[in-house]
Amino acid sequence: MPTEKKTLETLDEILELAAAQFKVPREKLSPDDDFFKTLRIDSLQALSLLTRLERHFNVELPDYELQGVSDFRTLAERIQARL
Amino acid sequence: MLDLDQYTCLGAALRDALDRWPNETCLIEADRDRERTRLTYSDFKQTATPLARALQDAEFNPGDRAAIIMTNQSKWLASAYAIFQIGGVLVPLDYKLTAEEHLQLLAHSRAKFLIVEYHLWRAIAQSPEFKNHNLKIVLVTEAPPTVQLSGGYRWEEFRRKGDPNFVARAKEDAACIVYSSGTGGRPKGCVLSHENYLEQCKALTVWFPFWPSVRYLSILPTNHAIDFMVGFIGPFVCGACVVHLRTLRPEYVRDAFVRYKMTYVTLVPMIVKNLERGLRANFDALPGWKRFLLDRAISVNKTLTRKQPKVELSRKLLPGVHRAFGGELLALITGGAFIDAATLQFFYDLGIPIANGYGLTEACTVLTVNDLKPFRADTVGKPLPGVELRILNPDGEGIGEVAAKSKTIMSHYLDDPEMTAETIVDGWLLTGDLGRFDDSGHLQLFGRKKNMIVTAGGKNIYPEDIEATFDGIAVKEYCIFAANYIWPQKTLSGEKLILILRLDINQNFIDTTKSDIESRNQSLPDFKRVGGYVLWDKDFPRTASMKIKRNDLAEEIRNSLDNSAVKEL
Repeated sequence: MPTEKKTLETLDEILELAAAQFKVPREKLSPDDDFFKTLRIDSLQALSLLTRLERHFNVELPDYELQGVSDFRTLAERIQARL
Repeated sequence: MLDLDQYTCLGAALRDALDRWPNETCLIEADRDRERTRLTYSDFKQTATPLARALQDAEFNPGDRAAIIMTNQSKWLASAYAIFQIGGVLVPLDYKLTAEEHLQLLAHSRAKFLIVEYHLWRAIAQSPEFKNHNLKIVLVTEAPPTVQLSGGYRWEEFRRKGDPNFVARAKEDAACIVYSSGTGGRPKGCVLSHENYLEQCKALTVWFPFWPSVRYLSILPTNHAIDFMVGFIGPFVCGACVVHLRTLRPEYVRDAFVRYKMTYVTLVPMIVKNLERGLRANFDALPGWKRFLLDRAISVNKTLTRKQPKVELSRKLLPGVHRAFGGELLALITGGAFIDAATLQFFYDLGIPIANGYGLTEACTVLTVNDLKPFRADTVGKPLPGVELRILNPDGEGIGEVAAKSKTIMSHYLDDPEMTAETIVDGWLLTGDLGRFDDSGHLQLFGRKKNMIVTAGGKNIYPEDIEATFDGIAVKEYCIFAANYIWPQKTLSGEKLILILRLDINQNFIDTTKSDIESRNQSLPDFKRVGGYVLWDKDFPRTASMKIKRNDLAEEIRNSLDNSAVKEL
C-alpha cells in the first residue's frame, strides 16, 4: 500500500482513539487540529495518548516523538515512520 | 555526607564521593517496565573516567565550556562528572528547545564541546543554521550503528585508557552556565560558581538530607537548576541513589514509585496536579463503606499531623495510599511554578509531606523551602540557612519585591553587564517577584513585578522571546505582555501571555488575520503559546531608537481597559 494511504489510515485510527480516550465526538476532530486545544489536554495527557497509540499500533514511541508536535497529521507521520 | 567545607570545586567532591561509597548504587535507569542501567559508584567511575581521559586527550583545556543536551539519563551525569574532572565549565541546555534555539545558545555560550542525544543531534544537524557552529568535538549518544553523525563521534566509543589529570578549580570559578531564558532575544546565561553549588548543597541537605539507600526520582530535566542539585550533586555527595526514567508518562512514573521505593521526588505543579487527579478519581470510585473508612482515616491523620509530619504513623493509618507511593516516601518536593494551596493540603492530609519551595536559576536553585514545622500550604516556606531575604518598598499590605543575598547567588549573566547591573544591586539579587513575610517568617508570593510568566511545568517564558513568531502579521504594530504585568492580580495562578494588536486606521480585524495569528501561535511549543489578544487603538509609545516603551504602554492599557478586554485566542 502506498505510504500516503497508510498514513491516512493511521491518522484515521489516531482520531478514533483520541476521541474515545478524551470523550470528544469523533466528528469534531480534524487532522490539522491542535490537539492540545481541541481535546483540552495538557502535555502529560498527550503523553498518555501516546501510550494508548503504542498499544494499538504495537510499536514503541519514545516521548521525544511528541516533542514539537501538536497536530494529529504530524503525529500520524511520526508513527507511520516507525511501523 | 561529605564535609563540603573541605572542597573548592564540584569535581573534587564528586571524585571523593565515588571513592567513599564504591559499592552503593548511585544510578538506576528505567524505560517503561524495563531496567536499562544500574550502576554503583564504582561502576560510574569506570564509565566516566575513560571519557574524561579521552576529552583531555582531545585538547579539552581547563575552563573550556562543554554543553550537554540530553534527557535525564545516566550518560548525562557521567558526562558532567567527566567535564568537572578536567576543569571544564558545564553548559546544560534544555532538550525541549528547538534545534535553532540550541544552536543560538551554543553560539552564545561559546561551548567548544557538545554531548548530545542522537535524535536531538539529528535535528541540530538538519538545521539551516548548523554550518555556523564553532564546536570542536561533538559526542552523540545512542546513535544507531549505521548512521553518519555529521562530524560527531559516538559517545560510547569515545574512551581512552588511564586516569585523566584531575584539574581543581577555585571556589569562585565558573562551574556552570545555566540559561534561565532568552532564546528569542537576549540570552540570560547565569554564571554559577563552584561555591554557589557547594553552598546550596550544604543548605538544602540540612532540611532534606540524603544518605546511602535514599532513592531520589529524577523527573525534572537535569538541565534545570533544581534537578541538577537534588538529582545529581546532592545525592552523590551523600552516597544516595538517583533513579532516571526514560519516559515521563504518568502510568510509568506511578509504577516507578512502587518498584524503586522512592524516598524523595521533586515534581513541577503540573505533575503534582496530575497525581492529585488520579488519586481523587480512585477515591471517588471506592464503594461507600470503603470511602467512609478512608475519610475517617484522613481525618484522624490530619489531627495527628497538625504540628509536624509523622510519616510512620500516616503509613499505618493510610496503608493503601502510601503503598501506591512505594511505602518509603519521605517527601514530595515541589516548586518552579505556582501551585494552589488546596493541592498541597490534599497530599499533606494523606500523610505525604509535601514541601513547597521557591527559587530562581540566578540563585543557583532554591531560596526558600517549607520546613514542615509545621506544614503550611499557603506559603513557599522559610529562607534556607545562609539565605537573607528582604522585601523592597513594601506597600500598605507589606507586599514588595523580594530581594535575596546569599553565597548561592550567581556572579553575573554571561556577556551582559547591563542586565547583571539591573539584577544584582549592592549584592542583592532583585527577583522581580512580589512577596511578603508572615509573622512566622514564611514567605508568601503575590505575583510578579517583571513581564514574564512561569508555566505549570516550571518554564519561564518571556514575551520578548516569542514576539518574532508573529513578525509580519497584518497589523500596524504588536507586542506581547504577561497579562498579570498589565493588570496585577496578586496571584501567580492562571498566568498567560497576551498579544496587544494595534491596527491601522480604518483597518478591521478580519478572520484571515486572526487565522494567521492562530496558525503562528500553534507553531510554538504548547507552553510558549499566547492565550489571548487585545485590540488597542493608539500607537505604541517608543524610545528615540524606536524600541517599545513597555512600561508606559502597559500603564496606558491598564488605565484604559480592564482585563475583560482580553479575547481568547
